[in-house]
Amino acid sequence: MFQTYQYPEFDYQQSEEQSAGQVARHPVVVIGAGPIGLTAALDFAQRGIPTVVLDDNNTVSIGSRAVCYAKRPLEIWDRLGCADRMIEKGVEWQIGKVFFKDDLAYTFDLLPEDGHKVPAFINLQQYYLEEYMIDACKTSNLIDLRWKHKLINLTQEGDVVTLTVETPDGVFQMEADWVLACDGANSDTRKMVGAGFSGQFFQDRFLIADIIMKANFPTERWFWFDPPFHRGQSALLHKQCDDVWRLDFQLGWESDPEEEKKPEKIIPRVKAMLGDDVEFELEWASVYQFACRRIDKFRYGRVLFAGDAAHQVSPFGARGANTGVQDIDNLAWKLKLVMDGDAPESLIDSYHEERAFAADDNLLNSTRSTDFITPKNEASRRFRDAVLDLAEVTEFAKPLVNSGRLSAPTPYQDSSLNTADESSFGCKVAPGTCCTDAPVEVKGKDGWFLNQIGEGFTLLVFGDEDASDISVGNVSARVLRVGDDIEDASGTLAERYDGQPGTVYLIRPDQHVAARWRYFNDNKVEAALKTAIGGA
Amino acid sequence: MYLNLNRNLADPDGFYEYLVNSQRHMNNEEANRMNARLVLILCNQVGDMDTLKAAIDMASDPKKAM
Ligand SMILES: Cc1cc2nc3c(=O)[nH]c(=O)nc-3n(C[C@H](O)[C@H](O)[C@H](O)COP(=O)(O)OP(=O)(O)OC[C@H]3O[C@@H](n4cnc5c(N)ncnc54)[C@H](O)[C@@H]3O)c2cc1C
Repeated sequence: MFQTYQYPEFDYQQSEEQSAGQVARHPVVVIGAGPIGLTAALDFAQRGIPTVVLDDNNTVSIGSRAVCYAKRPLEIWDRLGCADRMIEKGVEWQIGKVFFKDDLAYTFDLLPEDGHKVPAFINLQQYYLEEYMIDACKTSNLIDLRWKHKLINLTQEGDVVTLTVETPDGVFQMEADWVLACDGANSDTRKMVGAGFSGQFFQDRFLIADIIMKANFPTERWFWFDPPFHRGQSALLHKQCDDVWRLDFQLGWESDPEEEKKPEKIIPRVKAMLGDDVEFELEWASVYQFACRRIDKFRYGRVLFAGDAAHQVSPFGARGANTGVQDIDNLAWKLKLVMDGDAPESLIDSYHEERAFAADDNLLNSTRSTDFITPKNEASRRFRDAVLDLAEVTEFAKPLVNSGRLSAPTPYQDSSLNTADESSFGCKVAPGTCCTDAPVEVKGKDGWFLNQIGEGFTLLVFGDEDASDISVGNVSARVLRVGDDIEDASGTLAERYDGQPGTVYLIRPDQHVAARWRYFNDNKVEAALKTAIGGA
Repeated sequence: MYLNLNRNLADPDGFYEYLVNSQRHMNNEEANRMNARLVLILCNQVGDMDTLKAAIDMASDPKKAM
């Protein structure tokens, strides 16, 4: 097959501890250098935690898996300083079309709101994403990326985790205060701690193919139910960068995955979809069966789980990597506070509380989409087809069409870290939601609101209200005053936060709202800050 | 009354899931019978004959009815 991408090979290096035969103790070891493990390394390092990453391989994700990245993960990667390259290389899009049989049934427009730094969605092959993050990791002296290091055993005693690792030089042991397992859907670590991983397997197979073509199809997401070129099944076409296009063909449960992967089988399918005269090269193809499953607990003592190791979703809705990145956003600051003794260890339990809640939301949405695309029986297919028939001609049926509900952040509305509102606010942000971006001016220069927050806790203050930094032990919330530290010339920030004069927001390091008031009261802020760090 | 074809379901995905799950373990015949009962129940809820006629025409040939 033809290739647009040269897979990098990273050098294996024997570690000092292995060559010296001396067991070293590390603050945190991350298992797996996929998108989630790499994001973790960058976030941990940015918060000052020296991080070792072990990966059993020595390259990036083979073949293209993830394609679409949503706004929130792009904002997180922007906080970590690696989003620019992704956005520059990636393909922006906002229109999606759904076809049923011969007709267009439904069009959606992501209608991105103006005044945000990052786009609503980009498409980018997963290998580029990983490569850019690896490059970013290399610039940090707190990150130690170790290729060809396979975790083969793990035990815990007290607050020490002992890892047995295999490299080309043999087997050695290391110790860690904390381990973060990002070793993917087939996580070995999950098995080592005996965690449960249950959910639903879908009795269907999908051919996922990446082709290279210079065609002028628009940069839109096209999804077909029962199209003339692929009767009785669904199909998808979406653009990636380098003239690579992602195609999905639903194959049905009876199909033979080995047969379907053969180019002589794939090429006629692609021709039927695109027309005989379109020239293309096949870059990569694979046949998947999808599942929606979740780990029972995100924390097993000192071993934490994130990304696909903690939750596996079907790709309709592009929720896999997108949600995994938000796991890390949630965890990194908590781990740092606990490691430094600035917050009780129980703060880590709020990681499970908030991210298991988000995982369930993602699983629910992915399951619903997969159920719509892959009807379970004759009865559900009948409803599905009825919805599609009606969606062509009526408004009410359109929101019932489900070809994937695209990844959006799950608000932690009931989190134990929130302090409930005592006044009413007229805006979308609320305790437990992530902050919305807005254009601001900083020291006379154009900038973005989200770039001003996220290092520690922030007290966002509107107007002249008297306010001061507030501390609980070593944890402080620093005042960021609108009209002084930042200017809101367009009024967008005030509008998005209902920022009447006197309004004060307490914002967590992961840019989520912890509490807010219509005035400043140091006792109230202190109590809310205490709550937000797990009740120190 | 008029036939409301605008969006009127507060939680379309939740509704659809409930509807489809109710027939998950039914065979084709059982599901057909349930659909017929459901149609009759909802028709009674609507009550108004003109609205029902418009809905029946719409359902029998969506493109023609528009
Ligand atoms: C067809 C398809 C399309 C998708 N589309 C999207 C999309 O559009 N958007 C989206 O957000 N997501 C999408 N996803 C999901 C996305 O690919 C995954 O969610 C993502 O790769 C998960 O990242 P991860 O880091 O958790 O795990 P992985 O990417 O699986 O990485 C795990 C890493 O751990 C390493 N490892 C495993 N075991 C060990 C061990 N014992 N010791 C050391 N290292 C180990 C592996 O080598 C690997 O590098 C898609 C997936 C598929 C299959």
